Amino acid sequence: MKILVCISKTPDTTSKIAFTDGNTKFDETGVQWIINPYDEWYSLVRAIELKEKDASVTIHLVTVGGPDCDPVIRKALALGGDEAIRVNADNTDSYFIAAQIAEVAKKGAYDLIFTGKEAIDYNGSSIGGMVAELVDAPYISLATLFELNGTTATITREIEGGEEVAEVSLPVVVSCQKGVAEQRIPNMRGIMAARTKPLQVVEPIAVEALTSVVSFELPPAKAGVKLVDADNVAELVRLLHEEAKAI
Amino acid sequence: MSVLIFVDQTENHIKKGAYEALTYGVQVAKQLGTTAEALVLGTVNDDLASLGKYGVTKVHQVANETLNHVDAQLYAKVIAEAVTASGANVVVFSHNQTGKAVAARVAARLKAGVVTGACALPDTSNGFVVRKTVFSGKAFANVSIHSAIKVISLNPNSYQTVAGEGTAEVVALNVAVDASKVKITAVNKVSGEVPLTEADIVVSGGRGLKGPENWGVLLDLAKELHAATACSRPVGDAHWRPHHEHVGQTGVQVAPNLYIALGISGAIQHLAGVNRSKVIVVINKDPEAPFFKAADYGIVGDLFEVVPKLTEEIRKMKASA
Repeated sequence: MKILVCISKTPDTTSKIAFTDGNTKFDETGVQWIINPYDEWYSLVRAIELKEKDASVTIHLVTVGGPDCDPVIRKALALGGDEAIRVNADNTDSYFIAAQIAEVAKKGAYDLIFTGKEAIDYNGSSIGGMVAELVDAPYISLATLFELNGTTATITREIEGGEEVAEVSLPVVVSCQKGVAEQRIPNMRGIMAARTKPLQVVEPIAVEALTSVVSFELPPAKAGVKLVDADNVAELVRLLHEEAKAI
Repeated sequence: MSVLIFVDQTENHIKKGAYEALTYGVQVAKQLGTTAEALVLGTVNDDLASLGKYGVTKVHQVANETLNHVDAQLYAKVIAEAVTASGANVVVFSHNQTGKAVAARVAARLKAGVVTGACALPDTSNGFVVRKTVFSGKAFANVSIHSAIKVISLNPNSYQTVAGEGTAEVVALNVAVDASKVKITAVNKVSGEVPLTEADIVVSGGRGLKGPENWGVLLDLAKELHAATACSRPVGDAHWRPHHEHVGQTGVQVAPNLYIALGISGAIQHLAGVNRSKVIVVINKDPEAPFFKAADYGIVGDLFEVVPKLTEEIRKMKASA
């Protein structure tokens, strides 16, 4: 049983978002880098739980990025992956990234591929579906529960206005969100072990990027809050009705 | 050359978000000087010819019951075939649960560049550049698509639906549909409540409510407004409310017309889940709560006194309307 967990490096959730070079580059000054929370808390931890139940499970991590991703990959290994593969390429195009991951996935013949539901920087929600297409496997998106029984996965996923339970035979690609697992903190033993776990760096396959970021923009600042006195709630209702036209 | 808009259905009815995607796609077609057509998968009870009201000339339908459930693998095959058959060079989805499952997959199948979470019409003055939200709504990116076919999925509640007059020609599209590899064993819809991601108004509670037994004031207000209910992360983690109500960076992201936050301080992770709301109202007894900086309207006061009054005033306003 082999699981591939896709890992993305993202700025910490409290990072100040700013841009440099004429608004074409994310300003990395003072930014703390973390494992994308959806990749870490939900998909990686669920993979680790599956391994804890069944020692024959192997967990490989994959990321697409430069050497600056290594600390984040080591942290993921400290939580519990067995080995990691970094595809040495910097690109924001989701098809380019998915093609690299699909290449790793095909070579490793994985039974299960986990991604987070999206990365908190680009919010693409694209990689899982693309990888599934490129390896021709079923794709279950936005999973909130994941159970495995032999080679059959039972997955609860979010749909509009509720959820549905899907049964599917492996191999399958799953994007994970809240509910699938709970956040864990790496322990000292894991951190020590991670130092010697294999981190293989491979060069990207030739793929043409289909998109590129031209520029970034920050939203216009809010005009400022209009405060209404607590004794004059009727005024708030009037403003919401007449000015904001929200009720 | 044309624009193909994927019209999403659930339980044999067209989803509300699909009308936004239709209006948007028709506008893209106008900009490119071409026609817009719609694609419907599965069997639906709605009158498909009436989609012409939004400006599409043709509605392609693959009326196969297997497609009444979303299986991303089957959908990608069928949609990609429809794109090829209709000769579309722009494909528009809604960035909802179905769009997230399918749009990128269709793009990969067609080797087409995709922008998900689009929030404005493309700029076609120099290439094809689509604006999308990034960093959980804290910024925008303008993304250029280089491929011949372009796939866009539109953020819900970011484009105004416009309906006029018109009738579309409905044509059956003959596409072979494989058996699904995914077996749906249960569907649990939240009944009697407004689904959070589709709600026009959301009323959300935080630690300021002090305990699950105090949620009555919030529920009364939500009921009066036909609003969906939500909560902050600490509330979800403490199991005061079901975790699917958790709104924020790692929970549900919402973009309603009106978001009312009761007793929520407004940590940056919470704001990331709500900052695409059109109007934000904050009620909190702490004037220093960071949420006031992100709000449009606010009341500094004890929510247990303010909220019942607010519910009453809204009732009065509705009665007089």
